Amino acid sequence: MRGLPERGSPERGSPGTRRLPTAPPRSFVWTRRVVLTLFAVFAAVPVYAMLTSSLKPLADVQGKFRWFPSELTVRPYVDIWHTVPLARYFLNSTIVASAATGLSVTIAIFSAYAVSRYRFRGRRLFTVTVLSTQMFPGILFLLPLFLIYVNIGNATGIALYGSRAGLILTYLTFSLPFSIWMLVGYFDSIPRGLDEAARVDGCGPVGALLRVVIPAATPGIVAVAIYAFMTAWSEVLFASVMTNDTTRTLAVGLRGYSTQNDVYWNQVMAASLVVSVPVVAGFLLLQRYLVAGLTAGAVK
Amino acid sequence: MRRLRIAGATVAATTVLLATVSACGGGTTTSGGAGNDKPTTLTYWATNQGSSLEDDKRVLTPELRKFEQQTGIHVNLEVIGWPDLLNRILAATSSGQGPDVLNIGNTWSASLQATGALLPFDDATFAKIGGKERFVASALGSTGTPGKAPTAVPLYSLAYGLYYNKQRFKEAGITKPPATWAELVAYGKKLTRGGRYGLAIEGANNSENAHHAFVFAKQHGADFFDAAGKARLDSPQAVEGVKQYVGFMGNDKIVAPGNAEYAQNESVTDLAKGKAAMLLWQAAGRQLKARGMKAGDYGVAPVPVQSGTPGQGTSVNSMVAGINIAVFKNTRNLDGALKFVRFMTSDAEQKALNSTYGSLPPVISAQQDPAFNTPELTVLRGALADSAAPLPQVADESQFEELIGTAMKDLFADAAAGRPITTEAVRKRLAEAQQQMPK
Amino acid sequence: MSTAVRPGVGSQPQHRPQHRPRPTSRSLLLERVRRLGLPYLFLVPALVMELLVHIVPMVVGITMSFKELTRFFISDWSRAPWAGLDNYRFVIDVNRPVGAALLRSFGVTCAFTVIAVGLCWLFGVTVAILMQDTFRGRGGLRALFLTPYALPTYAAVIIWAFMFQHDNGLVNHVLHDQLGLTGEPSFWLIGDNSFVALVVVSVWRTWPFAFLIVMAGLQTISKELYEASSIDGAGVWQQIRYITLPALRPVNQVLVLVLFLWTFNDFNVPYVLFGKSAPSAGDLISVHIYQRSFVTWNFGTGSAMSVLLLLFLLVVTGLYLPLTSRRRRRDARPS
Repeated sequence: MRGLPERGSPERGSPGTRRLPTAPPRSFVWTRRVVLTLFAVFAAVPVYAMLTSSLKPLADVQGKFRWFPSELTVRPYVDIWHTVPLARYFLNSTIVASAATGLSVTIAIFSAYAVSRYRFRGRRLFTVTVLSTQMFPGILFLLPLFLIYVNIGNATGIALYGSRAGLILTYLTFSLPFSIWMLVGYFDSIPRGLDEAARVDGCGPVGALLRVVIPAATPGIVAVAIYAFMTAWSEVLFASVMTNDTTRTLAVGLRGYSTQNDVYWNQVMAASLVVSVPVVAGFLLLQRYLVAGLTAGAVK
Repeated sequence: MRRLRIAGATVAATTVLLATVSACGGGTTTSGGAGNDKPTTLTYWATNQGSSLEDDKRVLTPELRKFEQQTGIHVNLEVIGWPDLLNRILAATSSGQGPDVLNIGNTWSASLQATGALLPFDDATFAKIGGKERFVASALGSTGTPGKAPTAVPLYSLAYGLYYNKQRFKEAGITKPPATWAELVAYGKKLTRGGRYGLAIEGANNSENAHHAFVFAKQHGADFFDAAGKARLDSPQAVEGVKQYVGFMGNDKIVAPGNAEYAQNESVTDLAKGKAAMLLWQAAGRQLKARGMKAGDYGVAPVPVQSGTPGQGTSVNSMVAGINIAVFKNTRNLDGALKFVRFMTSDAEQKALNSTYGSLPPVISAQQDPAFNTPELTVLRGALADSAAPLPQVADESQFEELIGTAMKDLFADAAAGRPITTEAVRKRLAEAQQQMPK
Repeated sequence: MSTAVRPGVGSQPQHRPQHRPRPTSRSLLLERVRRLGLPYLFLVPALVMELLVHIVPMVVGITMSFKELTRFFISDWSRAPWAGLDNYRFVIDVNRPVGAALLRSFGVTCAFTVIAVGLCWLFGVTVAILMQDTFRGRGGLRALFLTPYALPTYAAVIIWAFMFQHDNGLVNHVLHDQLGLTGEPSFWLIGDNSFVALVVVSVWRTWPFAFLIVMAGLQTISKELYEASSIDGAGVWQQIRYITLPALRPVNQVLVLVLFLWTFNDFNVPYVLFGKSAPSAGDLISVHIYQRSFVTWNFGTGSAMSVLLLLFLLVVTGLYLPLTSRRRRRDARPS
């Protein structure tokens, strides 16, 4: 495998860099090599299978597994756009996940600021209640939520059921508890003196939040945004009931490849790959922030 | 004090929201429901009949345009995949917000009828779509609880046939397809060698399992539901029937153990590729073609029986399979919806759609069309006319399918693991399923 | 803007210098409202959303569990008769098949959760500690390890469904054809092995989360500790044993709780892997309840099961939270 562990060459500034002051003993280095190689194989094999299978003709993926494709074809990548309206699903998912992320992060910032910087009655009640919603089994409130959306629609004419707006509201709330909790932790780690100084300079609480706290909390906010985006991008259960043909998201739409007639495994893999690339790329690009954000926000 | 106020506000907000929910809860509180205040559009939920959702859309869109030209009614089409369909219908039923017209699997008819969400097709309603007499009797038998006004109208009809690979038969020196199960097992044993097997089975597919359980139980003289609609899943005859079917893998060894996890039509692929020589399927022709098997390479014969020839009673050899079309009770365009049902069941549409999908028209006059005289469809038509029986039309049908299907899936898993399929083993699984049926 | 927010200091920093003009009683009242109201104002959007999406539907869901909500009443809930505690009695009666099946599913879920969370934690901690030091290829390796976690759930699970196939899957190809470890190819998606399959998939896509959190936790350990200990002659193994692991204890508390809740409630993995009816060895409670309510359309009993599940999680978390929240409170209040 690649990247065989080896001591030395400190990458300055990379997150998590902590050189132990003494050189690790051989036993440690060897343990590290062996263990990390095993984990690398464990992590990489399914990804490899996905990648190669997406480049195989259908007959290949319906027969015995082989490590190397008998012939390489990009056909699956062409076909996926016709088998299901993937482009539309892509657009839907992008809109829904981006909007949910933006709103969720904004709402979480204000809530976390209140919880972190003020002592008020109900503060503890609020945090405990919000966190405990993490425990709600989705199945229990799927149908009621759906009914509420329908009734809001009937009463006000705002279409939440079947629309992207309904999904956005749902998903932004799904990621709120964790986001608030993490941002409270992060804001707590920012010295109060900073915002007080800003207020002496004439900022109000909102000004202090915008000009001092948010810039100082960027890693935490990015971490929360990643989490919110991933939550919205891959949710299946609620999307399967609350969307229709025009508003369907990728996570649900992917199931279209295993149809009535046949499972197009190569297309399933190709589509999964296409769907995964934006999130995985974003995630890996931003992981530095994630580690930094978690460090201050969640694990301290 | 302040905490109290906040709690009070929370409670108030909750109450208001709850009130909106319970007040309009369900949406169908006003009885009747149907109206005509939206006469120019319809929403139609179609099932996935073609090779993909998009394929269905390509097939249906031109037809819907014809309808629009004839009536001026625009139809919004949504093709819904099978994994989502029941949930979507559920959501529509519970909220009262659904399509105007929708396709349902015909075995769901009685279950959906029980919800009261679909428009009953009484004689007056039937008259508006051209009368009950236009439809094949067996297909009408699968449209709801007997004695009640049907909840849907047959749209596409299907039945089971025995598909076999001619080449494999020839190699094994078999000249004609099996007519009885004993023959099928004997042939199967001849055909099972060198990594190839006699029969392919969809062992982890609950619906397929339930359909076969129904037919095999019938052939042993058992009904899963008595006349009063009470379930009896574990009668000795039913046990024998299920044992015979699962035994093809566990005892006769003419089915590859791997079939125990088939749930996504892998068995059709196996037949097309010659990995298995026989398959029991509904209208497999189109699917075989899609997998590169030419029409001349496979034969179709009636599904075998225990002895004699297919017929009614213990000689039933297929369920009445198919798709029904229903009208949602809450439609705001009742006249348009019925016009659309009439359009979809008209001779021209029936011919066009059924020949595209490889199914049979349940409309008598359309069935006469030469397009449906292929060897395959002749066999299926014969089954539908003479030897097919509808699955139990009871409200608990979906539970029945789920429970018996799962029980058989577990039995296949046992068979695949090499455990023998004994009467006792089958009885135990079916008794468990029976206990979970609602009383 | 500045006039509106200037006095809104909130109730916390009371020691701030007071240069305000002498307030009138009216503006004093306004200010008081502002000051007390401001944190609540900040919370309003979150509160509204939580009420709309979580709390109220939850209350409705709990109400459902006291109703006889079967297919006969689904189109008009208000007609569904009250069932009192009947649904609960029905689902916890372990002498009847429904209750017995629920109990069995609960047992499977507990075993699955303990094993999966344990492995995720173990893997996460091991790898994070091994990668604490820099070495060549560390960045790439970290990206690789995090990839399964970043994949959308459906994509991550469907790969495994593909690889676990009996006839054509990669897993049997390796174990049976190439390594010859099994006499016959095994079944992974049906029968008893489905439990193993579930654990493997769940661990594969969740352990990177543990890795991520522990990695973040390691950053908070002060470097001086390591330096001091190595001056005292401690080797890497001793440092891990006596510095790293103890320092991770608070991180572990949060991590294990989060992993527990996610794993226990997990719906997507079993649903994508097995479909609507899971084999009994892999019958996790969330899919079990889903099947009970959505396949049979009996939402009364399904909701009763969900409420019991929620109560269980509340109890477990309630026993667990005091530990973590005491620590958080201590952190939140800089002394």
